[in-house]
Amino acid sequence: MEESIESAFWQEYAEADNPFAATKCRCAGYDVYGDLLDKVNWIEYLYLLFHTEAPTAQQVKLLNGLAVAIANPGPRDYSVHAAMAAGAGGSTLASALMAALAVGAGNLGGARDVYQALLVWERCGSDFSQWLPVLRHWQEQQQALPVSTWPAPEHPPGFDPNGVSCPAPVRQTLTYLADNTIAERLLWLRENRYQLEAEAGLPLAFSGVAAAAFADLGCSPQQAEMLYLLLRLPGAAAHALEQLQLGPKSFPFYRHGIDLDNDPGPAGGEAR
Amino acid sequence: MKTPLAAWENTWTTSLGAYFPGERVVLRGRDLFTELKDLSWIGLLIYGITGNIPDEKSVRLLNGIWTLATSYPDPRIWNNRIGALAGTARSTATLGVSAGIAITEAVVYGLQPVLGATQLLIDVRERLDRGDELADVIARRLEQPCDDNNQRRLAALPGFGRPVSSRDERIAPLMSLAEELGFAQGPSVSLAFKIEETLLQSGRSKLYLNVAGLMAALLSDQGYTPAQQYQLCVLCSSGGMLFCAADAAAQPQGRFFPMRCSSIKYRGKASRQWKTDET
Repeated sequence: MEESIESAFWQEYAEADNPFAATKCRCAGYDVYGDLLDKVNWIEYLYLLFHTEAPTAQQVKLLNGLAVAIANPGPRDYSVHAAMAAGAGGSTLASALMAALAVGAGNLGGARDVYQALLVWERCGSDFSQWLPVLRHWQEQQQALPVSTWPAPEHPPGFDPNGVSCPAPVRQTLTYLADNTIAERLLWLRENRYQLEAEAGLPLAFSGVAAAAFADLGCSPQQAEMLYLLLRLPGAAAHALEQLQLGPKSFPFYRHGIDLDNDPGPAGGEAR
Repeated sequence: MKTPLAAWENTWTTSLGAYFPGERVVLRGRDLFTELKDLSWIGLLIYGITGNIPDEKSVRLLNGIWTLATSYPDPRIWNNRIGALAGTARSTATLGVSAGIAITEAVVYGLQPVLGATQLLIDVRERLDRGDELADVIARRLEQPCDDNNQRRLAALPGFGRPVSSRDERIAPLMSLAEELGFAQGPSVSLAFKIEETLLQSGRSKLYLNVAGLMAALLSDQGYTPAQQYQLCVLCSSGGMLFCAADAAAQPQGRFFPMRCSSIKYRGKASRQWKTDET
């Protein structure tokens, strides 16, 4: 019995001489190599893969702007740091990206933060009164959720629990992305940022801007989580390659950084 | 407002341990080379997670769970398949096993059902202690509505039922080991079998106890917290993936269940042409 894969967006036709090689591939009905290849840019194709419809010019502008804004979180970001640690040690390049994905997946400014923020957008929309209990009582609300291997979120999604004020790149991104006729939630976020930050007691983070952008692009929480993971990889890759060249000696090791509060001493236990 | 990060910039204070280059290693307050040198790997795992040196029976139990229940040599199983695919695609075994471990945090098998079953046993015990009837507690769990957001979620009774077959062949050998070690009558194990019995009596013939439920019960009776149970199981499937990766790597490249183009059953939009002014 031939096993099969179901797909709502990908279709293949076989070469005449080999049923295991495709002669034509269609994405959402479009011939990828016979039609799309010389007509679409990468952002248009990315949108098509996720939404199975061609994006409008405004959607392309929004997704492209977001992709540029989050492509490189920079070498201090934990997900990029993970990729760089792989590079510094001379690990496989795939492991560098896997490391960036694993670390960048989390609740602290990572893809899970974006996922959670999308859930909030679905629940609250652009209604400030709906946002208030989320911002004020987020942690209590998380206690009631079913058990999960994900750590319970410790802060309202899309805000930086370790921030002081909203950094300029986050504000610049929000301003730019909100300047778009489809940017309904981004515009609302821009107009209400101060009040939202005051209620949360925390500054807005990149993940919060990204979540609003994904919501304006019609993404589900899971699509947004996946795209956030994907679109933050270029910087991780470039930094990993850089550290691969530099090697471990110039990469932070924190030689005197561990403060062990139960060290038995060199005698191996006799000191206790 | 000041940043809280500055105080953490240069120092990581911990009780976990550290390595002193060229000299020694400390793990949870003990010297690895002198005090912990006789621990088995499973013993070290338990000690590293709990901070307690395990007795021989606890080590044998966790070792038995890993051996009997979690590392099947079958590449059809989803997480093992990553190992086999890595092998046939001529990637490395490490990459295949790493990714295989990552996908083991699944909803229909693996780590989420184990954690879910642990919590279920805690919840059911709390209800029974409050005087509820077991049949009512189970019926209420089964009536809980699925949430929206189009998400995959844990079964209403994690630890019971299986996606591929209804009976779990691992229950008997694992219970045999538990009997030998004196863990077969623990309160959580007894509760798990009582839940199964109640389910079967209510006509839900497919909801037999599965190994995730039994693992959760056995580990709960050891006194491990839910978080510790999860941590003790994070790596437990790695053996099967590694076997599958090595097996596929030893066979001709690209021969692991290749799929022909016609195996993709398309149910999407009809053929159409991209209009350059579409965007």
